[in-house]
Amino acid sequence: MRLLVKGGRVIDPFNDLDQVMDVLIEDGFISDIGVNIDAVGAEVIDASAKIVCPGFIDMHVHLREPGFEYKEDIVTGTQAAAVGGFTAVCCMPNTQPAADNTSVIRFIREKAEKAGVVKVYPIGTITKQQAGKELSEVADLLAAGCVAISDDGKPVSGASVMRNALEYTKMFGIPVLSHCEELDLARDGEMHEGYHSTIFGLKGIPAAAEELMVARDIRLAELTGGHIHICHISARGSIELVRQARSKGVSVTCEATPHHLTLSDEILADYDTDAKVNPPLRSLEHIEALIEALQDGTIDCIATDHAPHHREAKDCEFKLAAMGISGLETAVAVIMDGLVHRGLLDAYDMVRLFTCGPAEILGLDAGTLGIGKVADITIINPEAVRSVDPDKFYSKGKNTPFKGKVLKGWPDTTIVNGKIVAREGSIV
Amino acid sequence: MKFERKDLLGIKDLSREEIQLILNTAVPMKDVIKRDIKKVPTLRGKAMVTVFYENSTRTRTSFEIAGKYLSADTVNLAVSTSSVQKGESLRDTIKTIEVMGFDLMVIRHAMSGTAHYAARNTSMRVINAGDGQHEHPTQALLDMYSILESKGTLEGLKVAIVGDILHSRVARSNIYGLTKFGCEVRVVGPSTLIPPEVERMGVKAYYNLDKALKDVDVINVLRIQRERQEAGLFPSLDEYSNLYMLAQRHLENAKEDVLVLHPGPMNRGVEISSEVAEGSHSLINEQVANGVAVRMALLFLMMGGSKDEIAG
Repeated sequence: MRLLVKGGRVIDPFNDLDQVMDVLIEDGFISDIGVNIDAVGAEVIDASAKIVCPGFIDMHVHLREPGFEYKEDIVTGTQAAAVGGFTAVCCMPNTQPAADNTSVIRFIREKAEKAGVVKVYPIGTITKQQAGKELSEVADLLAAGCVAISDDGKPVSGASVMRNALEYTKMFGIPVLSHCEELDLARDGEMHEGYHSTIFGLKGIPAAAEELMVARDIRLAELTGGHIHICHISARGSIELVRQARSKGVSVTCEATPHHLTLSDEILADYDTDAKVNPPLRSLEHIEALIEALQDGTIDCIATDHAPHHREAKDCEFKLAAMGISGLETAVAVIMDGLVHRGLLDAYDMVRLFTCGPAEILGLDAGTLGIGKVADITIINPEAVRSVDPDKFYSKGKNTPFKGKVLKGWPDTTIVNGKIVAREGSIV
Repeated sequence: MKFERKDLLGIKDLSREEIQLILNTAVPMKDVIKRDIKKVPTLRGKAMVTVFYENSTRTRTSFEIAGKYLSADTVNLAVSTSSVQKGESLRDTIKTIEVMGFDLMVIRHAMSGTAHYAARNTSMRVINAGDGQHEHPTQALLDMYSILESKGTLEGLKVAIVGDILHSRVARSNIYGLTKFGCEVRVVGPSTLIPPEVERMGVKAYYNLDKALKDVDVINVLRIQRERQEAGLFPSLDEYSNLYMLAQRHLENAKEDVLVLHPGPMNRGVEISSEVAEGSHSLINEQVANGVAVRMALLFLMMGGSKDEIAG
């Protein structure tokens, strides 16, 4: 089977490529990239005026299975990913049971291979049952197919546990993905602490709750030589810490989410629980710092922290509502509309942040369009205009603060292993 | 002018004209309360329900009697004996009340934003009787009415709000209302109980009570809750009282005709001395009486009476 992606602007930052070209796919692999490829008999995708990229990777997703299938499962979560322009996702281990053992990891991989629409790379826990005490059997988890470890959602409070995790993972060359939150300082918090928490009468979470743990984890990475990856970085101070640490050669990377990059705490004026998220949406000065860090390369990748919730967990009093945003199906459009079309981020850099950025952090053989590589390709239509309609989400989680927003720039076609899996918002 | 809103959720979004309308309408309402026969037929055939998820003496009773003076049918949902105790969601409780035919719901809840949530989920009119640490609009309206009645104007008055500003919905609603009418508002309390960036609300923040009270026309004293001390926000109630309890000697710093307000219930000897609470400057009892008039005005405006019906 031959598929020719014709006349698109091919952006492949890993290979320093940004040029109008054709991409030929044969039997699931990229067989040629060039100008005006002649491929008689191939199925043709007209990509003119579109952007053709390596398949997007979302390294921070909650697929919820096993255990919380009422929120999301591997089928619906990977469908949402495909429609959202992603060809691969990494799923976080805070399932029930937690992904702290090889049977859960194998279950996820087998189910994803059988019924998933995109590739799924599982992440194992840092500690057994995410209890923050004993290290998980990291070598075992890696052998079963994990790509990293994280106690996301349940930050590792003990410094010695984190130290050991960084020390131990160093020999395997994988990062520890850290949800940085000083729990005592953040306790009962409902939103970012600042002027708007004062106005809305909601309990604030100071930026310092994140910054303290970023500082700790960076120091521990420095101490051990391990690789710390900061999940969903949101605060100006955290950015400064990462920048300083990197200039000293500490092995630290970080990701930012589309919602932290584009929404401020002000939108909680109507107490929309869909905008309740952890870390909280911050104030403008933090957003400015995040965007600057995207531009100068301090932030390595964009990840959604896709956190689908059941309706009842959001349709309630603000304080009782669960934290989290269903992000897979809006991520690309939010970044295109909110940053690229506003001139705050080059399309080229956006592609880097969604492709070789995450691939490099995790050491994945993905995120580039070389000849002979597996044909995972994301095509974006920068001119497409659509409004966000959560009722049409493939994800079970309809919890999005972007509902009703009209956005410009959407994923057009998603190709996994050379097959078209999603097109213009629908699974094929 | 008519009150065009479906709901009253806070003072923040009200215009000065809307507030003025409510305060003006409360004047004839106060006359009704003073009559021998305290009943006008204005809201006959209308039904309202008070739903209080937090304890309350004056606010709930005040809404109830305000409705009754206007001939509305009033029902109190006692949350402690309702299906809420069986785990019913707020949304279902609201829907259940709505289908019984109530025109208006008065809601109090310990969590900020709950009145907004209720309003979004019902066709009934909603009055916020206090949501968490956010707003308590009718308290601010009755405070403004009481000040206005004594002083004749709000313009240019210096008002100090004393105590736990961080957790106070009364403080927030008062700040919005008073600043819209040209008052100079000061907030004073221990630094741990002054919320971040409060001065962006158009007030001046103080930590020193004497300095804050210099030349003020009005002092509004807030209730201090014991659990704030337990949460570590100040070391002891004794230390709090030493620094912030409004005592007679503080009044010397203020204007001679200073008014003292307190939304109640009071902790005598903690945030206010009995001497001040019962002294000649205290408006505390008038506040309660005015609360009924202001709530009558609101119910009347929101459930659609016309002003002529009251005048007669």
